[in-house]
Amino acid sequence: MAAANYDVIVVGAGSVGTPLAMSLAEKGISVLCVDLKASAGQGNNKCAIGGARATHGEPAKVVLGLRSLEVFRNWKEEHGDDIGWYQGGYTYVAYDSDTMDIFRSNVPKQQAAGLEIRLVDAAGIMDIVPGINPQGLLGGTWSPRDGSASPMTSCYAFHRRAMELGAEFRFRERVTGMEVSGDRVIAVITGRGVYGCGAVVNCAGSFAVQAGRMAGVELPVFPESHEAGVTEPVKRLFDPMVVDIRKAPGSANYYFYQHETGQVVFCITPDPPIPGTDTDETSEFLPLVAPRMTGLYPRLANLKVRRVWRGVYPMTPDGSPILGSVGPDNHFVAVGMCGQGFMLGPGIGEVMARSLSGEATEEDRMVLHELRLDRQFTSEETLK
Amino acid sequence: MPSCDKRIERHPILPSRETRKVAFTFNGMTLTGVEGEAVSSALFACGIQIFGHHHADGSPQGMFCANGQCSQCTLIIDGVPLKSCIVPLAEGMVVESLEGLPELRDLPGPEVRPPVEVKTGVLILGGGPAGMAAAVELGERGVDTIIVDDKDRLGGKLVLQTHKFFGSVADCHAGTRGIRIAEMLQEKILGMDPVKVWLESVVLGVYSDGTVGVRCSDGYRIVRPEYLLVATGAREKSLPFPGCTLPGVYGAGAFQTLVNRDMVRCAERIFVLGGGNVGLIGAYHALQAGMTVVALAEGMPCCGGYKVHADKIRRLGVPILTSHTVVAAHGRERLEAVTVAAVDGSFRTIPGTERSWEVDTLLVAVGLEPVNEFYRKAVDFGMRAMVAGDSEEIAEASAAMFNGRIRGLQIAAELGLEGVVIPDDLQEKAEVLKSPGGKVFPYRPPDELREGVFPVLHCMQEIPCNPCMTSCPKDLIGTSGHPIMGIPEYHGGCIGCERCVAVCPGLAVTLVDFRRSAERPTVTVPFELGEWLLEEGREVTATDWEGEVLGRAVIRGWKRAAGYSQTLLVKLETEAAAAARVAGFLVQDPSDIQPLPEPLETPLPDEAVVCRCERVTAGEIRELIRSGIRDLNQLKAITRAGFGACGGKTCSGLIRRICREEGIPDDDVTPFTDRPLFAETQLGWFSGREDSNGRR
Repeated sequence: MAAANYDVIVVGAGSVGTPLAMSLAEKGISVLCVDLKASAGQGNNKCAIGGARATHGEPAKVVLGLRSLEVFRNWKEEHGDDIGWYQGGYTYVAYDSDTMDIFRSNVPKQQAAGLEIRLVDAAGIMDIVPGINPQGLLGGTWSPRDGSASPMTSCYAFHRRAMELGAEFRFRERVTGMEVSGDRVIAVITGRGVYGCGAVVNCAGSFAVQAGRMAGVELPVFPESHEAGVTEPVKRLFDPMVVDIRKAPGSANYYFYQHETGQVVFCITPDPPIPGTDTDETSEFLPLVAPRMTGLYPRLANLKVRRVWRGVYPMTPDGSPILGSVGPDNHFVAVGMCGQGFMLGPGIGEVMARSLSGEATEEDRMVLHELRLDRQFTSEETLK
Repeated sequence: MPSCDKRIERHPILPSRETRKVAFTFNGMTLTGVEGEAVSSALFACGIQIFGHHHADGSPQGMFCANGQCSQCTLIIDGVPLKSCIVPLAEGMVVESLEGLPELRDLPGPEVRPPVEVKTGVLILGGGPAGMAAAVELGERGVDTIIVDDKDRLGGKLVLQTHKFFGSVADCHAGTRGIRIAEMLQEKILGMDPVKVWLESVVLGVYSDGTVGVRCSDGYRIVRPEYLLVATGAREKSLPFPGCTLPGVYGAGAFQTLVNRDMVRCAERIFVLGGGNVGLIGAYHALQAGMTVVALAEGMPCCGGYKVHADKIRRLGVPILTSHTVVAAHGRERLEAVTVAAVDGSFRTIPGTERSWEVDTLLVAVGLEPVNEFYRKAVDFGMRAMVAGDSEEIAEASAAMFNGRIRGLQIAAELGLEGVVIPDDLQEKAEVLKSPGGKVFPYRPPDELREGVFPVLHCMQEIPCNPCMTSCPKDLIGTSGHPIMGIPEYHGGCIGCERCVAVCPGLAVTLVDFRRSAERPTVTVPFELGEWLLEEGREVTATDWEGEVLGRAVIRGWKRAAGYSQTLLVKLETEAAAAARVAGFLVQDPSDIQPLPEPLETPLPDEAVVCRCERVTAGEIRELIRSGIRDLNQLKAITRAGFGACGGKTCSGLIRRICREEGIPDDDVTPFTDRPLFAETQLGWFSGREDSNGRR
């Protein structure tokens, strides 16, 4: 027995579900967003370090990233609340020729997809990141219109805007099942009630697989755990997110930037990856990341670490998200964000909302085609 | 040029120390301080209490906890932003105030070794009374133990406790001063081979892989213990009110550190907020250091601390204002005055009752809360762990020592050591020693007695203390109640040896002597404020047990108590009728501690800063709670309250309090998520550098 009916039920009020609920509500679609946490963005959204870029290897992600950046950039002007947007750019640095070669092959594709990006030499990187270790520095890429925002205040802003537009949210409520009749999901069941629906969108992040099974769908999403940290605030040192994609014993890439507050926020990708959704802090993270960061940017050795935490990256086989209609006719997914749900979320929300309301553009169709579930998963995203 | 002479030159309890003076600079001025003392203490001794201005609102800031926790005392020391309360002063240091955000200069990182992993049987976090007592038990049984403390010596808060201990002599050194107990236990532990002592070592986190990260002075160590004992003590609670972040407003614990550890004359005129034992003892320590205490306010209708502690300061002339609270601290760059008002039964201030005093220091002593985050994490991660002392339950240090002993024995047994026996009476005594002050019985001093010599026991509250009974050589003092908790009673037959006067931790025993004169008897009262106040023949104002003025008395001499040489036994000549009631004499002239003729205007309480790290006010938080926010993590995301350097330690309780004020049930509130690091630490600590010989 359905207690209430909604045009769309969004499973998960995180980085993707929240802006999606907002975009749906903007179109006058009645929407319910359900999350087991106590408020919006309390799953892995708040674990994101806040980097927002369109610097990706895959054209569909460049498009989603560019649109998301526009939302972040214009939010304060359009809606008034400060989401901590800072257009500091992104710089990927190269200390070996293999890395430089990856950048050389990516940049023309990225430019073709509309991204403002260029290759820079070592001197250029030293201008962009004053204080970076010059020893062995070959150069890198520079995308000046990327930046950073606060995942927490952004999600709160999207949540508030969605509520103003009439979206409903239910927190501390776990989705336990879906009622499927014929080719349609007719209701979503939670621990507290049964909600009838016209369509369902799975935005369940690291729980995407479990949510998918409720609709009889198997999704190739496997969570991996990453760890991040934040320091005390200091006066501005440099503007961009600095990304080093080299591997070292125990880790793959790592990256850091200086937040608007003056704090340096940093993250590292463990190698081999740590599968699972465990977010308990380990003793290994700081000894792993500190030598790499202080090696790249020596004066960080005197900066005090304030806090560390772990978050989950819902990975896919090729490092790109899975979007679109899957399984029952009215069942959709926006899953497998690979740790980029925050920076892609607003763009995905708009594309999915247009798709659900039958207003998809040609570009939307390109994005949905590239990121469909039944793709080959062969081309590996080089800038995961 | 400031003169750096704000030092306590003479102290009734603490000996003067050999010190080496070193020169350093502050904002370009050349100053002198004591080598090895905290940089913050050196600045206080030069009269500098404004350490910079906060980046959020430009408001002045200075020291707050003096305990390496809150980061309010951050200064630029030799180019690096550091908490000045834990940096030892060295010759030639260049110190600068922190104006807004610091600049991270291009300087080499800390000179430390790369991280190492260490295995141990037991890891004890905290070298205070509980941790030390546990270490002794484990060490005596040969258990491989590491005890970690962030200070430069063992003892925890014992090293600040210049007063004599309660309890019983046999069990917990009753009558001995905390500072001496710390020395005795430290000596014992340093002589134990199985116990390694890591000083100046800060615990940064307990991790899911069963390890504990410790920042030692030479590098970062990841310790993997078989058993963890958390004995990290307590931290002071906070109270938000307008002006609470002004330099000059700080914790009573911070004050005791400045005065009793570093012997800095950090204040002249003090107001104390809070009538628990910490506040009462803080006021007493101020008097011992020769400072003026204008008054002490307590929000409840009576003080929560032991009555003997409260009476002790009342007798010396400190007014205790119960059912009162501080409504504002005034001053632009530092504290200049404080406004206090009476409160009703619901703790609302009563308009029209405001009074203001000119003071330079306001001590906040509004209670303690356990430092137990490491234990919570250890439990979450399935580690074998126990908690002891204040980390488990706030009580007296005597109880903590008992509790630590029990935990030490329990851990030894859990680790499979044979023959570990935990005596039955240990737990029972530990429970007794934890007791807060109990019932107060009617006070009936023997006014009618006008002959011979006899003690008067001005002690009518049930507390866990009995040295007066055990010290009497004739066994003339007993109790009809509990052997430790019961009210002491004198049964007659006194020989006038004065031992009960000398030993009483509450200074609540006097000896009345009519043997020389029936008209002008002498009363021996204990005194701990220094012989320089005891000029023979001087007329003083005698007070009764609770500080009520009785009349004039004359000092007829004094001597040092045998075995308790810092307790002075003062002979007062008094009127016969008042003799049995004389319990002390005023040292503060009532005319010196008068409030201002008119109260100062108090700003709106909404301006009170609840999160002092990020400077978030009660008003901002209240507004969001009223808009429906119940998840403290969301509140944190929006306001940044809890994101600051202290890790939400100060504000989380205050935010919950605002929730309660707003009528939100506790169950509806989702608390902050705890995350390491629990102490900010330079990245270099986790990487380290090789020394010049290439050694790691």
